[in-house]
Amino acid sequence: MTAYLLLLLTTAFVNNVVLVKFLGLCPFMGVSRNMDSAFGMGMATTFVITLACAATWMLEHWLLAPFGLGYLRILCFILVIAATVQFVELVVKKSAPALYQALGIYLPLITTNCAVLGLALLTVQEKMGFVETLVYGFGSALGFTVVMLMFAGMRERLALARVPAAFAGAPASFVLASLLSLAFMGFAGLNFG
Amino acid sequence: MLIAILSLGLLGTVLGFGLGLAAKKFHVAGDPLAAEIEALMPGSNCGQCGFPGCPGAAAAIAAGSAPVTACPPGGKALAQALAARLGIAIDLAQVADAGPQIAAVAEEICIGCCRCIKVCPTDAIVGAAKQIHNVMREACTGCGNCVERCPTEAVTLQPVAVTLQHWIWPKPLAAGH
Amino acid sequence: MGLLERFFAPRHPAWGVHPDDRKRPAADAPLRRLPLPERLYVPLQQHVGGAARPVVLAGQKVRKGDLLAEAQGNISAPVHAPTSGRVLAIGEVTAPHPSGLAQIAITLASDGEDRWGERDPVADPFALAPEEIARRTAAAGVVGLGGATFPAAVKFNLGRRLKVRTLIVNGGECEPYLSADDMLMRERAAEVVDGLRIVMHAIGAGNALVGIEANKPQAIAAMRAAAAPCGDVAIRVVPARYPMGSDRQLIETLTGLEVPADARAAEVGVLVHNVSTCAAVHRALRRGEALVERILTVNGGAVRAPGNLLAPVGARVADLLAFTGLHGEPARLILGGPMMGSVLPHANVPLVKGASGILAFDAAEAAVPAAGPCIRCGSCTRACPMGLLPLEMAARIRAGELAAAVDFGLSDCISCGCCAWVCPAHIPLVQYFSHARGELAAGERARLRNAATRRLVEQRSERLAREAREKAAAAAKRKAERDAAKARAAAVTRAADAAAAPLAEATP
Repeated sequence: MTAYLLLLLTTAFVNNVVLVKFLGLCPFMGVSRNMDSAFGMGMATTFVITLACAATWMLEHWLLAPFGLGYLRILCFILVIAATVQFVELVVKKSAPALYQALGIYLPLITTNCAVLGLALLTVQEKMGFVETLVYGFGSALGFTVVMLMFAGMRERLALARVPAAFAGAPASFVLASLLSLAFMGFAGLNFG
Repeated sequence: MLIAILSLGLLGTVLGFGLGLAAKKFHVAGDPLAAEIEALMPGSNCGQCGFPGCPGAAAAIAAGSAPVTACPPGGKALAQALAARLGIAIDLAQVADAGPQIAAVAEEICIGCCRCIKVCPTDAIVGAAKQIHNVMREACTGCGNCVERCPTEAVTLQPVAVTLQHWIWPKPLAAGH
Repeated sequence: MGLLERFFAPRHPAWGVHPDDRKRPAADAPLRRLPLPERLYVPLQQHVGGAARPVVLAGQKVRKGDLLAEAQGNISAPVHAPTSGRVLAIGEVTAPHPSGLAQIAITLASDGEDRWGERDPVADPFALAPEEIARRTAAAGVVGLGGATFPAAVKFNLGRRLKVRTLIVNGGECEPYLSADDMLMRERAAEVVDGLRIVMHAIGAGNALVGIEANKPQAIAAMRAAAAPCGDVAIRVVPARYPMGSDRQLIETLTGLEVPADARAAEVGVLVHNVSTCAAVHRALRRGEALVERILTVNGGAVRAPGNLLAPVGARVADLLAFTGLHGEPARLILGGPMMGSVLPHANVPLVKGASGILAFDAAEAAVPAAGPCIRCGSCTRACPMGLLPLEMAARIRAGELAAAVDFGLSDCISCGCCAWVCPAHIPLVQYFSHARGELAAGERARLRNAATRRLVEQRSERLAREAREKAAAAAKRKAERDAAKARAAAVTRAADAAAAPLAEATP
């Protein structure tokens, strides 16, 4: 149990998917203008990553590994992830319109999100078991959400600040992102032992 | 090689069929977003946006092919409401809000032909055959349909004068702060 | 109360500011009456709500106190002739408003006699029904004279409906430079006390608290003397702190009650009226006089003989300044106090009922330092009497995020100007808030307009459908009639044929 908890913490903070692994940078910069959309994106991504990790684990262990088709991994994973996201979108649209209103516009963005594919590939690389894979995916997605929220909060304030014209907008946000990334490097020194 | 082709093909086929079936089973009639946007639009179908009426414009805005600032009668208020609904940022300074305009009838030119009355989407023009027409200020949206229709160019769009009740303090010129 | 608070109790409320009051020497000068100007310009809108509708024609002779324009709508107030004379015109004059836009006013040529028209005084107002007091107050055109200019009678009815227990009488007059209420309380304390007791009767309040700032000792003494016989009227001295004259702050200081956001004072069982309003109610009831003149302060560095004047509504600011004299051209003219008043475009604007003062500033007083960057010192948050964060609101308004500013409590802002006054960077915070309020109101109007357009469109399409239906019905009816006529004609022909048949058979 402790191992799983540690896995959750390390994936969320120490090996943060955005700021340490540099995956999923497009939504990190693109959908972090305000807290509401950042939260929506975070929730949608958490859902999809956890689901995709489970689906790709099954695909890897029941199809690709038995038949020695490792070289098709990326192709198959993309196929499965895209199909999963599409399927989720359809189901949510029909069964939970309110949730669709909140997450709907973010779901297509996640289809081609590198964080989802990257995490799925990493779980395979690390040769994790099914539960470990789930915890790893969920923890990373949690880290993604936390960072999205922090960054969106800071960008909301940044939008009000008077910065030199050349820095306004994206440049200042990039500087901010790098500082946030430096701050997260501090977690690397944590000793859980 | 064969296994690879077979498994990938099978995977694609299964997922494709699955998605196709799901799309049928979970089909939702109409685009809820477009319907919601249409509810926000003025609904006068005046055609100033260049789309076939408000439903057309709503569908285009929902699909992202038209900007939220597409509706001139809706003005800034509508653009803001749409942007908030769609979760996008807009620069209100770019909204071509030349201030509200309403139609006015030049009484000495009007021949009382009733053509403008027929095209007014809000029934804002009153008058009868051979009688000088007049525009009700409260009802006019400034869509300009009547201006195009008038055979004698008696109808023109006039800017609405600012009154004490509608005057707004200007935004302070941000110098150093 | 904790031990610390007992020993270190703040000497003044935690909110607000204490600007140099500059009320003297104007407050000590005796009350003077403005010589009647030749022309008076009486605006139709001198109150919150709908503008009054003129009931006189150009050329008509009127006497002082005659109705010039009647109230229009639920929240409105009539205006009356400030002197006797002839109506010259009904037209646009520059409004006493920073925009410099025009408003409709009735121009009156004074005949110099200042003769009152018919008056209907009441010997004992306390014998009247509260509704009758409200009616008479409304008919006399009494509005809130503290500056809000809300029709007083509407407030009476509201107070009665919400079962107000306590009447708060606002004698705070916290704005620097102004001493009109101070003068009124010194000169006409008996009228104020009688007026406030009439108001108590009108709203059904059990007691009254009069809050007077500590910097008006003469007014406090005069009011105490006048209120001594009335057990239900208490004169309370409140600390001199701006904005003590704001209703929410005064209520909190006097009763300890806090009026919730977006609630009215009446909802916590109190109602606030200004001392000048009470005096106007006294005159409306006891003497049957409409509200046509008021005491106001003319003050400022550019005024030669500052002091309090009794002036008719509709006199031009230029008339007042000509009477008091000026040291050169004033650098800025302000209607009301320096904190919340509005800058006048020029002196050629009429005086309105809500004008508590005219300030003519010299260059030194009018100097506005250039605004600098916000250093986030937080002085404005400490000064804000409403407990808001002015710096955060202004930053959001500057970035165009009005909805975010509303989330920070923009709608609770009372525009008192404390934040801008303390701001070390001289940021025009209140202008940001006024601008944002205007934009929000404009947005709301546009939204209502869009809704109205939708309704009109629906009605039109309904009308078109109905017309089409009626057309179709009429066409069907005509067709049926035609068919019936045809059938009848056919029947007649057939009958004729039948009748003719035997003949035909017989003829060959």
